[in-house]
Amino acid sequence: MSLSEFLHMGGYALYVWSSYTVALIVLLANVLNPYFRKKRLIRELARKARLRSRIR
Amino acid sequence: MWTFFHKLSSPQYLYAWSGRLIPWLIGASLVFMIAGLVGGLVLAPPDYQQGDSYRIIFIHVPSAWMSLFIYMVMAGSAAIGLIWRIKVAEMVASASAPIGASFTFLTLVTGSLWGKPMWGTWWVWDARLTSELILLFLYLGFIALQAAIEDRRTAARAGAVLVLVGVVNIPIIHYSVEWWNTLHQGPTVTKLAAPSIHLSMLVPLLIMALAFMLYYAGTVLMRVRCEMLERERNSRWVQDLVRQP
Repeated sequence: MSLSEFLHMGGYALYVWSSYTVALIVLLANVLNPYFRKKRLIRELARKARLRSRIR
Repeated sequence: MWTFFHKLSSPQYLYAWSGRLIPWLIGASLVFMIAGLVGGLVLAPPDYQQGDSYRIIFIHVPSAWMSLFIYMVMAGSAAIGLIWRIKVAEMVASASAPIGASFTFLTLVTGSLWGKPMWGTWWVWDARLTSELILLFLYLGFIALQAAIEDRRTAARAGAVLVLVGVVNIPIIHYSVEWWNTLHQGPTVTKLAAPSIHLSMLVPLLIMALAFMLYYAGTVLMRVRCEMLERERNSRWVQDLVRQP
């Protein structure tokens, strides 16, 4: 099987590859979202903790 | 064994333990996903009726299984949170919702992309498709309800009731293809007789299902960790954690 044959997917390239593209985006987003949310949270909480210790 | 479970219900312990586990879960999921894709896209032969279009199955079916499985996990942990007031169970329920909604969305989109070449239409109001769409609305309703209630414990309780009522939809989705005459095909794998699918297609399908399962385990723990930081922001252990450089 050649590469172009593989990409062509027997004429169903549009449907097959858009399915896999949507899946990739959704799966990636669900990893990146909590990853960045945690980073942001820790940064924010650390900033608040510093402010609080300065007040005391 | 029981002390281990007992420890896991303590947020501080679960936070540290899951932090070590997550990279392994995501890594293993990635390995199985690649194996499943090679098996499904390269090694498996074209279908004798559907040609290469059937290859959408390797995303569609595992996603559909996950959409139901995650709902059951959500309902189970919501019930545990409702009855025993275990915070971690409430967090698992709310952390599962966006992932379950994502898999339901994927199921609907890939199903639509499969339906167009095979049935000649993107969408029909058939029992299987409609009940799966209702599942998406249940997930979204749960997320919206939790977001609308300020107090987290009240939000968890209200959400739990919604999720538990929605459980009635799960058997409807599963049996819809048997109870009604639907355009959607009947079950290929999950039936009592031998699966009506060749081994060369079944193996990558099951590998993908395993990969999605590991992926869910990893991402739900990532979200549970965020929930913990948010809910316990004033507790001693979170304060100690964020003060470390």
